[in-house]
Amino acid sequence: MEADSGCRHGLVSLTVGGPAEQKELTQTPLLKIWVPWMGSSLNRRRGSSVPQFTNSPTMIVMVGLPARGKTYISKKLTRYLNWIGVPTRVFNVGQYRREAVQTYKNFEFFRADNEEAMAIRKACAAAALKDVAAYFTKEQGQVAVFDATNTTQERRAIIMRFGKERGYKVFFVESMCDDPDIIAENIQQVKLGSPDYVDRDTEEAMRDFIQRIKCYEATYVPIDDERDRKLSYIKIFNVGSRYLVNRVQDHIQSRIVYYLMNIHITPRSIYLSRHGESELNLLGRIGGDSGLSPRGQRYAKALAGFIEGQNISNLKVWTSHMKRTIQTAEALGVQYEQWKALNEIDAGVCEELTYEEIQENFPEEFALRDQDKYRYRYPKGESYEDMVHRLEPVIMELERQENVLVVCHQAVMRCLLAYFLDKPAGDLPYLRCPLHTVLKLTPVAYGCKVETFFLNIEAVNTHRERPTNVDISRKPEDALQTVPDHI
Amino acid sequence: MPRELTQNRIQKIWVSSKDDRSPTRRRGAGPHLANPPTVIVMVGLPARGKTYMSKKLTRYLNWIGIPTKVFNVGEYRREAVKNYSSYDFFKADNENAVKIRHQCALAALRDVKSYLTDEGGQMAVFDATNTTRERRDMILDFGSANSFKIFFIESVCDDPNVIASNIMEVKVSCPDYQDCNKTDAMLDFQKRIECYKASYQPLDPDLYDRELSFIKVIDVGRRFLVNRVRDHIQSKIMYYLMNIHVQPRAIYLCRHGESLDNLQGRLGGDSGLSPRGRKFATTLARFVEQQKPKNLKVWSSQLCRSIQTAEDLGVPYEQWKVLNEIDAGVCEELTYDEMKERFPEEFALRDEDKYYYRYPSGESYQDLVQRVEPVIMEMERQENVLVICHQAIMRCLLAYFLDKSAEEMPYLKCPLHTVLKLTPVAYGCKVESIFLNVEAVNTHRDRPEEVRKGPGTLIRRNSVTPLTSPESNIKKPRIEDLEEAPMQGLNHPPASSASLGLCSPSHLPLSLAGQQWLGKVCL
Repeated sequence: MEADSGCRHGLVSLTVGGPAEQKELTQTPLLKIWVPWMGSSLNRRRGSSVPQFTNSPTMIVMVGLPARGKTYISKKLTRYLNWIGVPTRVFNVGQYRREAVQTYKNFEFFRADNEEAMAIRKACAAAALKDVAAYFTKEQGQVAVFDATNTTQERRAIIMRFGKERGYKVFFVESMCDDPDIIAENIQQVKLGSPDYVDRDTEEAMRDFIQRIKCYEATYVPIDDERDRKLSYIKIFNVGSRYLVNRVQDHIQSRIVYYLMNIHITPRSIYLSRHGESELNLLGRIGGDSGLSPRGQRYAKALAGFIEGQNISNLKVWTSHMKRTIQTAEALGVQYEQWKALNEIDAGVCEELTYEEIQENFPEEFALRDQDKYRYRYPKGESYEDMVHRLEPVIMELERQENVLVVCHQAVMRCLLAYFLDKPAGDLPYLRCPLHTVLKLTPVAYGCKVETFFLNIEAVNTHRERPTNVDISRKPEDALQTVPDHI
Repeated sequence: MPRELTQNRIQKIWVSSKDDRSPTRRRGAGPHLANPPTVIVMVGLPARGKTYMSKKLTRYLNWIGIPTKVFNVGEYRREAVKNYSSYDFFKADNENAVKIRHQCALAALRDVKSYLTDEGGQMAVFDATNTTRERRDMILDFGSANSFKIFFIESVCDDPNVIASNIMEVKVSCPDYQDCNKTDAMLDFQKRIECYKASYQPLDPDLYDRELSFIKVIDVGRRFLVNRVRDHIQSKIMYYLMNIHVQPRAIYLCRHGESLDNLQGRLGGDSGLSPRGRKFATTLARFVEQQKPKNLKVWSSQLCRSIQTAEDLGVPYEQWKVLNEIDAGVCEELTYDEMKERFPEEFALRDEDKYYYRYPSGESYQDLVQRVEPVIMEMERQENVLVICHQAIMRCLLAYFLDKSAEEMPYLKCPLHTVLKLTPVAYGCKVESIFLNVEAVNTHRDRPEEVRKGPGTLIRRNSVTPLTSPESNIKKPRIEDLEEAPMQGLNHPPASSASLGLCSPSHLPLSLAGQQWLGKVCL
C-alpha cells in the first residue's frame, strides 16, 4: 500500500491506506492547510490557519465618566483585535446621539432631570444595541465594543439582559480617574475638537464640558466589587497604575486584559525602517540572507546620522536575525536586540528566486498570491496572516516600550504599519514601505501621526503592485506586469 | 564600512566579529528584556497556594529562559529545628521560636542575594508567609540595599473548602507531620494558621502599600488586584498567574502516527501516515474513547501526518501552525546519513549542542521554545487537552511540564505510538506512559558518547534557555524509566499500563542544608 500523491484540479492530495479505508486529505491551494477532501466543497472552518478561540460573540462594555479614556481604549483595543484577526467594531453611543440631535446646544442636555433628552439618549443606546446584534448575526462580527458612559446600574443591567438573551458574553472595562491633570489633558486633546464644540471658543467649551461631567457624576455608580462580583470586568485606575480584574471567562478576555495592562499613554515615538539595500535586492531576488550593497551601507551610516539628529532619549533598537538588518543596526553604534520574530516572511520554495523565476516555475502559485496576498502561504513557507501571529509579541512589547527603532523587512514592516495605522488585511500587503525610508509614528489623540523621511540614498524599488489579471490561466506578460526593475 | 559580521556556528546568530565581549556569554537568541534582578515575594496565610504558585511560576520562568529559583523559608526552618512538635512553635509569644524563624528568613535572604549576584540568577522567589509589614519592610530594605526589584504576590482566600483541600493535598503528608495521622495533622495545621491570622496585615493598595508593585490573587484566581506593574517580566508573570487554574484535568501528549518519512528515516517533510500510522490513529481514537475525558480539546499541527491522525478521532480539532515540527532548513527530508554526508560539520555541531544548534535556514530547540510558548499559555487555560504533535515539539512541551533543562530537552524520549498522560498533582505532574501497541520505527537519537564541546562560542542571553528549577540532589526519574517497573516504596498502587507513580514523601531524603526542596513530586 503505497502513498499516492497527485495533482487534482490544482490541489495537492494525499491518499493513504488500503482499499478498505480510503481517506483523503487535500491541501487548500491558498492557505496550504490540510483538510479532508469532501468532493468540491472544502470545509472552510476546519481549514483555518489559526486556532479559533472565540465561540460566543463578546460585548465589551465601557464604563466611566466622560474624559476617562473610554473612546481611546475602545478604538485602540478594536484596532488590536482586528489586527490579530478577531473581527471587532466600536459602537459609540455619542455618535448615535449626534445623529439624533443634529446640533448640540450645551451641557443641559445631559442633566439627569431633562426627561426629553433622557428619552433620546435611551433610544440611542437601544439603537446601538440593535446594531450590535446585527453585527454579530449578519456580519460575522466576534467582538463589539459598546462605547458609552454606562455609569448607572440600570443601564448596565439592560445591557446584561440583552447579552444574556442572545447568548453574548459581556465583559466590562471601567476607567476610573481622579487626577485632574489627566482629565484636563484628555479634554484638551479630544473633546474640544469634537463636533459638539466645533463653533465654540476653547474656554467656553472647556467650561461646558466640565459641567457635562458633573451631570454624570451625580448618578455615577461604579461597578461594585461586592454586589457585582459575578460579573466579568476590569477596572483601570488612573491610567493603569492599578487594575482590578474579576472573573475572566475565556481566552479572548484574557488577551484583552493582558493588552490593556500593557498599553500606556506616555508620549513617545516609534521609528520603522527596513534594512539598507541588500545584494539580493539589487538582483530582484526575494528572501535569503544576504549582506548590504554599497548603497545599503551608505544608508546605514545615514540612518545613524538621522537618529542622532532626532535626539531621542533612551532609544531601544531592535533588529531581526538576518544579516542585512544587523549590519544596518551595527552602523548606529548603539546596543540593539535581535528578534527572530522580526525575520522576513519565509518564501519557502521561492526563497532567493526572482519574480520571473517564480512565474516560470510556479505560475499557479504566483497567481494565487495575487488573488489573496494576505492569506496566501508560500509552499513550505508563510503567509502575511502567519506573520501577524508571529509578530504579536513584538507589538505587545512595542506597546510597553517608549522610544523604539525597529530595523526590519518589507513584509514585516507592512504588518507592523497596518497595526499602527489600522489598515485592513486587504490593504496590508500593498502598503508602501520603500527602502532607505524611515517612518516615524507618534501617537496622537485617537490615532497615529506618520512622518516619512527618505534619507536621500538611492535604492531599488521592491514594491510590486497587484496586477490586473490574477487568473491562474494568465499569460506571463500579464503576471509580470508589475514587477519592479532589477539587474 | 560596517563592522564585519560572522555567523556563530551553532546558533547561526550574526555577531560583530570585533565583539570584545565574546568570551563572556551573551545568553539567548531572543531579546533581552529583563534587567535588574527581581525578588518575587509571596505573601499569605498558610495553605493559600503560595508554594504551589512559587514552584509553578519558577518552572515557567526557567522554561522561557529566565534563571529563577525558589527559596522556601519553611525548608530553612525544618533544617534549623529538626523535629517539629506542634503548632505551638508558631505562637506569636514563643520568643525562642520567633527568633529562629527570623534567623531562617535572614539565611534565606542571604542565599537570595548570593543567587542573584554571584550565581547568575535573574529572579528569586521568596516563599514564606511574609504576613507582617515589619517583615515586608525588612525585605524592601534588603531589596534597595542590593538594587533588586521587589514584586509581591499575595494570595488571599477565605473559602474553607479550598483551604481544607490544600491542607489535605500537601500539608498532612509533609515532613512536619510524618508521624501523625491525617486528622491530627489537619487539626494542628489549622491551629497553625490561627497563629498567623492575628498578626496578618494584608497588602493595602489604598494607603500603606500603594507605591509597591504587587498582584493580589483572590479566591484562587477569581479576582486579581494589580498594582504598579512596572516591567516586562512582571507583566508576563501577571499574565501567567491569570491563566493558570487548579481544576483537575489531564493533558495528553502524543506524536502523529508513524509517517512515510519516518519509515525512511527522513527528517521533517510533510508526508502522510504509513499503514501502521493509520492503525495508530484508529487505536488512538479507541483510547480516547476509553479514557472519556470531559470536553476534550484536540489540537494538532498543520502538517499532514498530525492532521491525518487527528481526523481519525472523529471529533473537532484545532490546527496550530506553531505546533509544526522543528524546521530542519537545508536538511529537510534528508536522512541522518545523508545529512552526515552532505553537511558533516553541521552534523557534528548538532551533537555538540543540540539545544542551541540551529539548522542552516532552519530552527533550533531554543527557537521552538519561543514559538511554542503561546501553546503552553493556552494549555494552562484549558482543561482536558490532547495535543498531537511531533518529536521535537513534544520534547519542548514535556520539558515544560516536567521541569527539564535545556540540556535534557533534546534527548527526552518521545517514541511514536505512545501517549503521555500528564495529570497535575500536588506541586508537580504525574506522568503515565501508554504505548498503544502498534509497532513503529524508533526515531530517537541518543546523545553520542564522544562529544567535545567547543570553546565558549555560545550566545546565551536571557531568553529561551530552559533551566531546570535548581534543586537539591534528589534524583529525578528519567523519562527512559517510564517503561520500567514503578519505583520502590510507593504508597500508591500502580495504575494502568506502565504508570509512574509519585515519589512518596517517605522516599525522599529530608531537605538538605540551604537547599530548596521540590516537594512531593520530584518529576
